[in-house]
Amino acid sequence: MNREVSGDQSVNYRWQCRRGMLELDLLLNNFVDKGAKNLNTEQKQVFEMLLSYPDQTLLDLLLGNSVSSDAAIASLVQQIQKTSFD
Amino acid sequence: MSSDVTSIERRQFDTLIIGAGGGGLRASLQLAEADLSVAVVSKVFPTRSHTVAAQGGMNAALANVSPDNWHWHMFDTVKGSDYLGDQDAIEYMCRAAPKAVYELEHFGVPFSRLDNGKIYQRAFGGQSQNFGGDQASRTCAAADRTGHAILHSLYQQNIRAKTHFFDEYFAVDLIKDDEGHVLGAVIFNIQNGQIMVIEAKTTLLATGGAGQLFKTTTNALINTGDGMGMAMRAGIPLQDMEFFQFHPTGIAGRGMLITEGARGEGGYLVNGDGERLMERYAPKAKDLASRDVVSRAIAVEVREGRGCGPNKDHVLLKLDHLGEAVIQKRLPGIRQTCITFLGIDPAETPIPVFPTAHYTMGGIPTNRFGQVVVPVKDTPEEPVAGLYAAGECACVSVHGGNRLGGNSLLDILVFGRAAANHIIDYLKENKYHRSANEESVNEIVAKIKRYDQPPSSSDTASETVANLRKELKQTMEDHCSVFRNKEILKEGVDKVEQLAERMKNVRIDDQSFTFNTAKVEAFELENLMACALAAIHSAYAREESRGAHSRTDFTERDDKSWMRHSLYSFENGLDYKPVRTKPLSVESFPPKPRVY
Repeated sequence: MNREVSGDQSVNYRWQCRRGMLELDLLLNNFVDKGAKNLNTEQKQVFEMLLSYPDQTLLDLLLGNSVSSDAAIASLVQQIQKTSFD
Repeated sequence: MSSDVTSIERRQFDTLIIGAGGGGLRASLQLAEADLSVAVVSKVFPTRSHTVAAQGGMNAALANVSPDNWHWHMFDTVKGSDYLGDQDAIEYMCRAAPKAVYELEHFGVPFSRLDNGKIYQRAFGGQSQNFGGDQASRTCAAADRTGHAILHSLYQQNIRAKTHFFDEYFAVDLIKDDEGHVLGAVIFNIQNGQIMVIEAKTTLLATGGAGQLFKTTTNALINTGDGMGMAMRAGIPLQDMEFFQFHPTGIAGRGMLITEGARGEGGYLVNGDGERLMERYAPKAKDLASRDVVSRAIAVEVREGRGCGPNKDHVLLKLDHLGEAVIQKRLPGIRQTCITFLGIDPAETPIPVFPTAHYTMGGIPTNRFGQVVVPVKDTPEEPVAGLYAAGECACVSVHGGNRLGGNSLLDILVFGRAAANHIIDYLKENKYHRSANEESVNEIVAKIKRYDQPPSSSDTASETVANLRKELKQTMEDHCSVFRNKEILKEGVDKVEQLAERMKNVRIDDQSFTFNTAKVEAFELENLMACALAAIHSAYAREESRGAHSRTDFTERDDKSWMRHSLYSFENGLDYKPVRTKPLSVESFPPKPRVY
């Protein structure tokens, strides 16, 4: 595949939270500001997986239009929702 | 791992495309399939571009649901533009629309279907049969996620066609030669700060709109007018930037849309005195008056001190009287949005709302081939060699003073393709790379490296990006939003000029090279500042009301004086050029009152 990516694979949540929809920008950046720092290693991996989802899938999950069958994802989605209006 | 100028990597392509939304990806696909080498540079992963947020659909006169033809579509678009749209470009777009839809279908976009198997088409505002007659159904949609479907299909097609992607790279400025040919851009890798020069025989800007100019906006954070800023700094004026489309009911302070459906179901607006305000502004239609009327009414209430909340900076949309059952049945999405973002249930608590910026009608001036055009002596539209623009960052101008729903996806696809076709022809005559002006390349590199140095402790004049951005967005909301008059706009001009001056003192605290988002945000702010200058100056000068530009001191459209495009550049300030009123093959639509 013709894609240029750097060798540095360290995850930067902030930039991965720049999305195509304002709703996602607000929810995800707010979570990074307020909740992400308390995630343990396992939860961080779940968050990284969530960030890899397509925007529309993410939106459906975060607005409650769908529920993930993965319990860890579903739990993290709830955390993000809870922090959204803190 | 800072790079010095001599060691900067250089890559060569036939075409550089900056921006990976629908416009950029439609163009790149056309070029890659013509066996040209194409680089697409995007600051975010391509499928996170703002096209993904377009829900409504894409207009095309397929006549699957109601009688229709491209000429009626053209009439509606010209009328919708309040006669500021260029009729040659509008004719081209409307004629090309059905083919654009069928192409997308072949690329894999799952358009919703009628029972007879044909593509479903929904009715949208401003669509008519027979030049202003009965409602037409013209909008093709893939459920409520048309933009998502289009973007993903185009991205997959580009992977197949071997388009070369530079994901998470930020394009800073265009490079040129001494004769003014545009020859690519200087970019840097957001992941590691590495600077790179992309040398290209042709460059297409497809960076989307500038909705982040305003405090309240529906636009994603990425919509910072990057291509427009780059164009301005390359000496190209921005066109019609005073025309910005607003939606009356965005969630105050957040921006997300609360659809008109909420008022359609019986919701209504109240001010800080508990008064049902629309009864004063539109006694008959009340809360269902047109978007601009409702938007201005809200802005007036807030300006005159009748807003709600501790800062009296919004009004309330009441739905609680409808009852929980009705809200859950008819407005579930709105309810969920309010619960998620505000922690309130509209079945119990009114929603704080304020007009929200939605779409940039203006942009980089182009002709219908996507070529960027500028005035040169007595010629109003001289192409800039090697430079193209398409989509929301461009002003071709098919939307004129006001965009119709369903025409933005159409715009990006038709003119992304048209620009690519012109590039293919251009490259047949321009086969070799030209030499860039190295001094200008070095200047851009130095500009990037400026942020690698920590602010000096003696530097008392430093400004932060966050503060300046916040001030700019508030200034634009207060002075260039839906409520405009000479006094408000003049104050806005002065404030934006001062902010632009202060931009020179911006410093950032983060000097790292790994995901230095502070540096990206500094460049984004520079781009927004350019857009703001163009918008506020153009709005102040335009002494009429047309489309989305509504002045309380000049309430009528003035075709004699103002049926012309605004152009604003750093070098020359304001200039104007005529509207292209002559279509390609049919009679012109002369200006008439825009009544629906």
